[in-house]
Amino acid sequence: MTRFVLRRLAEALVVLALMSFVIYALMGLMPGDPIDLMISADPRLTSEDVARLKSLYGLDRPLLARYAAWAAAALSGDFGYSRLFAQPTLAALARPLGNTALLMGTSFVLALALAFPIGIAAARRPGSLADRAINLACFAGVSVPPFWLALLLMLLFAVTLGWLPASGVATVGDGSLADRARHLVLPMATLTIASLAGYTRFLRAALIEAMRQDYIRTARAKGNSERRVLLRHALRNALNPVVTVVALSFGSLFSGALITETMFAYPGMGKLIYDAVMGNDYNLALAGLLFATLVTLLSNLAADIAYAGLDPRISLA
Amino acid sequence: MRRLLALILALLAAALPARAKDELVIGITQYPATLNPVIEAMLAKSYVLGMTLRPIVTYDADWKLVCMLCTELPTIENGLAEPIDLGDGRRGVRMTVTIRPDASWGDGTPVTTDDVLFAYEVGRHKMSGVTAQEVYRRVRKIEAKDAKTYTIELDKLTFEFAAQLFSPLPAHLERAAFAEPSQYRTRTKYDTDPTNPGLYNGPYRITEVSPGAHIALEPNPAWNGPKPAFRRIVVRTIENTAALEANLLSGGIDMIAGELGLSLDQALAFEKRHGDRFNIIYKPGLVYEHIDLNLDNPKLADRRVRQALLWGLDRKALVDQLFAGRQEVADTFVNPLDWIHTEDVAQYRYDPAKAKSLLDAAGWNVMRGGVRHNAAGERLSLELNTTAGNRSRELVQQVIQSQWRRLGIDVRIRNEPPRVLFGETVTKRKFEAAMFAWISAPEGVPRTTLHSGEIPSAENNWSGQNFTGFRNERVDALIDAIEIELDRDRRAALWKELQAIYAEELPVLPLYFRADSYVLPKWLKGVTPTGHQMPSTLWIETWRSE
Repeated sequence: MTRFVLRRLAEALVVLALMSFVIYALMGLMPGDPIDLMISADPRLTSEDVARLKSLYGLDRPLLARYAAWAAAALSGDFGYSRLFAQPTLAALARPLGNTALLMGTSFVLALALAFPIGIAAARRPGSLADRAINLACFAGVSVPPFWLALLLMLLFAVTLGWLPASGVATVGDGSLADRARHLVLPMATLTIASLAGYTRFLRAALIEAMRQDYIRTARAKGNSERRVLLRHALRNALNPVVTVVALSFGSLFSGALITETMFAYPGMGKLIYDAVMGNDYNLALAGLLFATLVTLLSNLAADIAYAGLDPRISLA
Repeated sequence: MRRLLALILALLAAALPARAKDELVIGITQYPATLNPVIEAMLAKSYVLGMTLRPIVTYDADWKLVCMLCTELPTIENGLAEPIDLGDGRRGVRMTVTIRPDASWGDGTPVTTDDVLFAYEVGRHKMSGVTAQEVYRRVRKIEAKDAKTYTIELDKLTFEFAAQLFSPLPAHLERAAFAEPSQYRTRTKYDTDPTNPGLYNGPYRITEVSPGAHIALEPNPAWNGPKPAFRRIVVRTIENTAALEANLLSGGIDMIAGELGLSLDQALAFEKRHGDRFNIIYKPGLVYEHIDLNLDNPKLADRRVRQALLWGLDRKALVDQLFAGRQEVADTFVNPLDWIHTEDVAQYRYDPAKAKSLLDAAGWNVMRGGVRHNAAGERLSLELNTTAGNRSRELVQQVIQSQWRRLGIDVRIRNEPPRVLFGETVTKRKFEAAMFAWISAPEGVPRTTLHSGEIPSAENNWSGQNFTGFRNERVDALIDAIEIELDRDRRAALWKELQAIYAEELPVLPLYFRADSYVLPKWLKGVTPTGHQMPSTLWIETWRSE
């Protein structure tokens, strides 16, 4: 087990190193650089200014040299300065990371907590009225575009009822726990509805598949109650594919949800990474994307370990 | 989908929660990348800093240059400016400027000549990260006469010499950050300590910064001008305009800034639904929407083709239909509100017959499959670029495509995100026709967009904005002459000739001047949009609730 974990961690480091180069190269190959964008925004810039600024920002050097300099600095813990947020990259990441972890984490937990009872209820009697109603709701949840759902929720709860704020993280000058919680509700609901529908459908399908297996028939023949058969035998065997989906979703907890964050003016990682890429903020985009990659790799590792715990036939070597 | 969105937003018409009127929450669609006034030009930054920093001079809402931080505008007539002979027939100018005696930074430190000299030191340093240094490079000499008065010599006597006066920086706070000039842009207190009151000399100071989300401002206790009305102003960034509207209707924000808010078509739609609840001001301004034509393209190098394109475009109908006639059709780059504007130029009123005859005369006279061809069998096709996601421009683009197709021109639309369009396609002149906008100052000299020395190329690091590649000796000479002509009447004549050549040559197809849409609560008074690049917030102390 220890060897397995160490090997996977070493592999993760290699993947991260490769990813850093790929991301850097892709951004470098994108049309335009920060100074080109400044030229179009400021007609007072002269060719002398352009040459000076490109040199100052290191953009007059070849891509490989720039990457090597970035990598050397990053290895010593210096991830550079974010041009878009005018602060050190790690400082620029900290607050959006916290916001995203809170938003995505609560939505993730809530969606999972609701998906299990709903998915089990639907799988108990496939084709029943309850199953059909749940399926319909799930299809609606998966199909509704997040920006649309966000607007609907704003309409109902912020404008018509006036119960909740329409956007932001906290009221300026307040920022109490209750205030932050009120601001969290609508974006969290938007994300939860979409992921709840997905998890429920997945769990239902996995459970129905498990319920068709021979060992379920055997369990029933042994006189186990239907509840025990479902929860003790079927659910445990249905969990492996669910764990895979959950592990993959966990990776996105720290990479944010661009549309929801934009709609609710919620400063999180999704919006930050998008802005950094579009604004040519190499340092910030790299740090953000690498962090999201690292979390995805670690959550996959956690999923592999969980498989072994759930299924004795799987061993880690 | 748009109708559905409109329906949803139409339903967002419930009661506004009561808000104390000593606080104003403004919604804008962009967040400033830095708060340092001399690093990077950005509208969101100008908007916020308009409330916190006073420039030495600015253009007011009547488009006149006025003093803000100085006591009297230097002019040759009042003796505060005098031409100086630099030899070789060149003339410079020496100005004497006095800073307002009551001007002080938010920590009580007076604004002095030391701050102006420090700003010059930062501005001219190659490593400081200051974006545009031309204004500092033009300074030959700057000297403090006393704590409040200084003289400054510029190497060129231009008609708008006083507009070159740059703003001070708080030396007592920023000097330490400038100890290592190459690190200034990362150490400036405007970004490392933005709530430090000593950084601001305007009616308000920044008291809270939440990157990407909002900036809060409170009255500057050291401000000696008229007392500002609001206890707190919050500038919130909400990039999605549908969410911006929803926030306005739910009371999350009080107003939407015209400088960075709804596009005109969005504001018109909003007015239809909720016009009774808000004051909506449409301010025509200096944002010039146009189509740049790449004159290196053989098809577009022919002036007759360029003229045909404009004759064949019903801009009046376009503006009336899409923008309810609230935007002014442009004849040239000069706005009719600018005193230099002349109507004595070629006027291209919609005339498709004339457009067709010009195309015939240019050799595009063989019609096959609805598209014109020339004798060599080449198709008259044109690629039209604009910024992807800009709904107004995309609508205009579709109208243009349809009208030009009726002339037999095959128009292909290829839109790109702004960073690609401006970072590569336009800057590196990889386009045939590109639709975008310029914003300029009143009586702005179009040197960067029309002078032949400003054509971007690899040799000049792709700087300059003469993206069309327009070369005209007379235009170059006129631009040079206008810049140094102090006599208003003689300058008007030069401007008239320049506009006439522009309208005749058409390196750029003029479309219209954009109007900014300010959505204000009925209780907010005193907001005066300028129509030019100076934000309305420069006069924030006149804003009040009634």
